[in-house]
Amino acid sequence: MRVAVLKGGRSLERGVSLRSGARVEDAAERLGHEVIPLDVGSDLVSRLSSERPDVAFIALHGPGGEDGTVQELLEILDIPYTGPGVAACVRCMDKMLAKHELRAVDVPTPDWVAFNDTAFRELGAADALEQIEGRLGFPLVVKPASQGSSLGVRFAAERSQVPAALVSAFSYDDRVLLERYVDGRELAVSVLGSDPLPIVEAIPRQGDRFDFEARYEIGRTQYVCPAQIDPASADLVQDAALRAYSVLGCSGFARVDLILGSEGPQVLEVNAVPGLTDTSLLPQAAEAAGLSFEQLVERVLDLATRRSRDTASLPG
Amino acid sequence: MTETPPHRRRAHTTAHDLERYADLFAERTKVMRSSAMRDLMAITARPEVISLAGGLPDTSTFPPQSFAAQMTRIAQESSAQALQYGPTEGFEETKDCIVEVMGAEGMLPDPEDIIVTTGGQQAIDLVSKTLIDPGDPVICEAPTYPGAVPVFCSYQADVIQIECDSDGMRVDELESTLDRLAAEGRRPKFIYSVPSFQNPAGVTLSFERRRRLVELAREHEVLIAEDNPYGLLRYEGEPLPPLYQLDGGDYVIYLGTFSKILSPGIRLGWAVAPPPVLEKIVLGKQAADLCTSTLSQYFVREYFAEGRWRSYISSLVEIYRERRDAMLEALERHFPAQATWTRPEGGLFIWATLPPYIDTSDLLAKALGENVAFVPGQAAYVDGNGASSMRLNFSSLESNEIREGVRRIGKVVAEQVALYETLTHEPSGPATERSPEDSAADNVLPLRKRASGDG
Repeated sequence: MRVAVLKGGRSLERGVSLRSGARVEDAAERLGHEVIPLDVGSDLVSRLSSERPDVAFIALHGPGGEDGTVQELLEILDIPYTGPGVAACVRCMDKMLAKHELRAVDVPTPDWVAFNDTAFRELGAADALEQIEGRLGFPLVVKPASQGSSLGVRFAAERSQVPAALVSAFSYDDRVLLERYVDGRELAVSVLGSDPLPIVEAIPRQGDRFDFEARYEIGRTQYVCPAQIDPASADLVQDAALRAYSVLGCSGFARVDLILGSEGPQVLEVNAVPGLTDTSLLPQAAEAAGLSFEQLVERVLDLATRRSRDTASLPG
Repeated sequence: MTETPPHRRRAHTTAHDLERYADLFAERTKVMRSSAMRDLMAITARPEVISLAGGLPDTSTFPPQSFAAQMTRIAQESSAQALQYGPTEGFEETKDCIVEVMGAEGMLPDPEDIIVTTGGQQAIDLVSKTLIDPGDPVICEAPTYPGAVPVFCSYQADVIQIECDSDGMRVDELESTLDRLAAEGRRPKFIYSVPSFQNPAGVTLSFERRRRLVELAREHEVLIAEDNPYGLLRYEGEPLPPLYQLDGGDYVIYLGTFSKILSPGIRLGWAVAPPPVLEKIVLGKQAADLCTSTLSQYFVREYFAEGRWRSYISSLVEIYRERRDAMLEALERHFPAQATWTRPEGGLFIWATLPPYIDTSDLLAKALGENVAFVPGQAAYVDGNGASSMRLNFSSLESNEIREGVRRIGKVVAEQVALYETLTHEPSGPATERSPEDSAADNVLPLRKRASGDG
């Protein structure tokens, strides 16, 4: 097959995306595919139109690549693509929308309040902060609604810290979430097709509990896969992840991030295009399930072309 | 959209492999950290971004004909030697050029005390390699040159930073720190300082403080590493004597570079050190890279032989002065009343400080949306401070681009200031020097961003 690998782009996660993309390109080549690497820019549509790949592997992270934009273009061009479809991407990228969908079907997710900056700038939402803080309690987490990574995520331990945390989060997006902080084990469940892969647990080393940078540096966070969790809890975690994946309409693959606290698993977010670098969680989970990276890529490509055939065969 | 040229990459490592390698890393590598900022800085390289983040001198006015003539002469007259290894200390002819440059600032080094290095950066590394044992205190300014922080950290120094004000390092604070360390039985190996037009703060150490700093070094028998890349790039005011000149070279290791007065691309710097220290530095250099680029040294020799190096610096001074003024004017015009900034008499940088509730690492993300970039202040501190400051470079862009860049940053700053005021129902007060006590942002746990997203 001719496989276009879409990577790079303009998002803040360009660096990670280039690494994900390079790894996918290598794997696709080893699988015998003809690879067309595309660092996406203003000539994306013309490049895709002239190259006419059989399938596009989307290795883009963050706004633009993960939020349904590129997916919509590929739909128009009638090129099959990997990962969730347009609507699922929109729902995953928008944490506020995703949490509403989850709550509507009783998938547990930490309580939250979301605002856009207009609410603060024009509608006096600041006057509601006290009630919000009363409802969510401290510490609370402030995060941009649609940043794919943890950029701009802040903890506020007390009231005086909330305004600066909001200013930071609003640097990344014009909508932010204030979310109840849930203490517990940090877990990720990747889903491939409709099957959950083994659970990955991120265990920060001493002192790095609140340092998200530590998650992405070798040696500062320990990843355990499969996570050492009792079978009953593991079932609950995988069940919550699968339900989140399905209620948001995901297909192909995605990664569900959860916290396992005293009240059971709580879904934090679903990543429509999870990282595929050598330190990323999805490849680790696949490895634990006995899938090499090549096998993972082949399966993801297969799911993409199959979805396309299924859609094409629909009447009308 | 560019297509990657065909090439082979090695088979990728798995997560399991990475864990295995992690166990092999040295303690000093484990403390080396990548940062979210580094990933953001990668985006600043986009052509549409006005980057005030770099530290680049303007090399566009260096006459290409002159460059070509010098390189041709080298090829015709010294081809074999220029392509050969050279002495670890550097060529005598290169040292003659260095003596000339240092002489222009009133220094008279003995050529025997000089080692030619691969850029000023290697000089910092070699001095650190020579002097620092794990856990040794090293003192530097707050903020300090961002490129020095990873060097000190890689040798596992205990970096202690001394606040700067508009007259440079607070030497009184230095004194009490030296006393405190002495009481603890700890002796710092050296004090690293950029006394003139400091990177990143743009401030210059006053004459009184220079004298006192040199005295303190003598009293405490501590070395000073004087890093002076910008000394000849003065746009106003009277030159001040370098620490090396005041001290006579007993306790001062002088670090120089051709990067800002000629070219950073030739990677040519130097260190001047007392003979016993120099001897060890030479051994360290031998281990690191045997010798500095011979070709670059030939180029410098030819360039200095032409005798135009002073007039070239004068032309740079004219260019940079105009750009500095453009940036200062633009800051006055576009930055909110709550911001403060330094007014450098030379060098390449202005240091601007915003209200404490603005984290400039986060602000950079917003600024990139406006296609403008700067260096967030945290890069100049080892302890997470500096979060509300930024370094702005004025040497690498033309004045109209500088004005536009500052306007764009001013716009995003104004938006964040207005938002904060709305959130707190109060216009934030007049800007004050950032101190940990009055900073709400300091209470928010710092460095909350991850190095890179994971999709």
